Amino acid sequence: MTQIPVLTPTETPDDAPQRKLKRRGWKTYLTYVGLAAIFVYCLAPFYWMLVSSFRRTADIFENSPIPQPFSAENYIKVFDGATLFGRALVNSLIVAGITTTAALVLGIFAAYAISRLNFRFKSVILGVIIATSMFPGISVVVPLLRLFTDIGWINTYQAMIVPNLSFAIPLAVWNLTTFMKALPFDLEEAAMIDGCTKWQAFRKVLLPLAAPGVFTTAILTFIHSWNEFIIALSMINDPNLQTATVAISKFTGATEFQAPFGEQMAAGVIVTVPLVIMVLIFQRRIVEGLTSGATK
Amino acid sequence: MSTSTPAPPRPHAPGGPLPRKRKPGTRSPGEGRMAALLLSPTLLVLALVIAYPLISALYQSLFREESGLDENGFVAEGESFVGLANYTDMFVGESGARFLNALANTTFFTITTVTLETVLGLCLALAMNRAFKGRGLLRASILIPWAIPTAVSGLLWRWIFQSDGIANHLIGSEILWTAEGFQAKAAVIIAEVWKTAPFIGLLVLAGMQVIPEEVYEAARIDGAGWWRQLGSITLPLVKPTLLVAVLFRLLDALRMFDLPFVLIGPGKQSVETLSMLAWDESNQLRYGSASAFAIILFLYVALIAIVFVKLLGADVAGTKEVRTLRKGGRTRKAKAL
Repeated sequence: MTQIPVLTPTETPDDAPQRKLKRRGWKTYLTYVGLAAIFVYCLAPFYWMLVSSFRRTADIFENSPIPQPFSAENYIKVFDGATLFGRALVNSLIVAGITTTAALVLGIFAAYAISRLNFRFKSVILGVIIATSMFPGISVVVPLLRLFTDIGWINTYQAMIVPNLSFAIPLAVWNLTTFMKALPFDLEEAAMIDGCTKWQAFRKVLLPLAAPGVFTTAILTFIHSWNEFIIALSMINDPNLQTATVAISKFTGATEFQAPFGEQMAAGVIVTVPLVIMVLIFQRRIVEGLTSGATK
Repeated sequence: MSTSTPAPPRPHAPGGPLPRKRKPGTRSPGEGRMAALLLSPTLLVLALVIAYPLISALYQSLFREESGLDENGFVAEGESFVGLANYTDMFVGESGARFLNALANTTFFTITTVTLETVLGLCLALAMNRAFKGRGLLRASILIPWAIPTAVSGLLWRWIFQSDGIANHLIGSEILWTAEGFQAKAAVIIAEVWKTAPFIGLLVLAGMQVIPEEVYEAARIDGAGWWRQLGSITLPLVKPTLLVAVLFRLLDALRMFDLPFVLIGPGKQSVETLSMLAWDESNQLRYGSASAFAIILFLYVALIAIVFVKLLGADVAGTKEVRTLRKGGRTRKAKAL
């Protein structure tokens, strides 16, 4: 197959090249229309959130594509204090940060064992770990809610962090295993022949090599934990400990008609912007991490 | 792609190659102990957050809070064993109707959203599967719906779907999207598809990009048009990736919670899913029936996953890597179908 010379469509020996060219032009044009449509499709709702967040409360129902006059009023109100939104952001950071760190530490050890060691039931264990990732969140929440009530964990950080591990660990183990399996074994082997122990080979050879994979996994796990909703909603009823996603879902006025839409949109933008920045900087890694498991 | 590493020629290798192991190696007792040591923290945590809840939910689903019946809603001491009553009650009476409605909603949302997402995701991937200027920009933009927290996306779409919001303004209608009724379902579907079609698109695109260009060249020389190439090369070759992506989405859609909860609200009949119903029950301190609903949802998810993996051969764990070598053979088979 590799021996076939590469031909551009115009060089194909068959029918009229003119018709071919015309069709190609039409297709390119259509492709660009399609791509523009994708761009609008993905960004228009987000853009609308951004625009609405910069409107004054008085003209929140305006439909102009650019806020006029431009106002940061909603952003000031969001951090007013009454809503504890700043606090919620810190809580989210703590919960997502600790979840990510814990999942990574456990995940690195587990992935190393699965990708580098020979032991019985290996594929069973990997299968079980992956299968746990499909466990519905609510099936974790209902029993743990009761357990945590009994042991007095309601309204604590660990009541969010521990259940978060139910999705963070499978994600981390799977990603890291895929990544470590793809790394050549030769270097560690050479290190071990030179007298390193397995542990030294792991720490001094594999870990530095796996750093990009660890980083990718960290980003994905952090985004998932940051976006987590049902666990934080169920385990916490103290507004001081709410995470950001729960806090903004509760940003409601007395009735539906008084809902502070501007503030909601501003809060939504604030919660999303760190993720958007991460996406813009690390898009290559994120795509790689998301797809590595599925396309092997 | 290839994960097979050369066999480590360790000096102390006594055993021969093990059956059905890609990497023939030794299984020294030390290695097994080390693996156990490294894996035990992970398995311990998973036992606490997965196995314990599962067993506990099974157990609790056999009990019922007696005071849950009087509308005061405080926790009673008395909790009586009711056997399978929490399960049998799912099919009778008022609570039964609520459960069946939630089951129907969950199934309806899963089928509609995953179908739409798959079609749209395929179109996204096809459009992006060629070199063009600004590809990085487009890829970043496609990640944004994925990265937005579902709760925020619910809030965002609730704003878009306000009675005097932009959606009604653009299509010149006066639909009360967030009120009970079919339009609420439509709102949830639109918001869900918006957020997740790019995810499928990304996975499928990655699958398309590993198809060697030569295959298309050969097809073109044989006179295959665009549609023929799509049907005979692209689709069969991205099928494994697509199946994994669809399986992920199915399992995710079955446990849908955040989006209808924030977009429409809790306790709304037209959008209540099984997750929301179980959450609501546990919020009312009726842990017995909440556990029963959680178990049913778990079984539903497990059933779909097993059927999907068995029937369609979705390769989640990557155990069939070896088969990629025989992709050519598989393509021919797919053509014959």
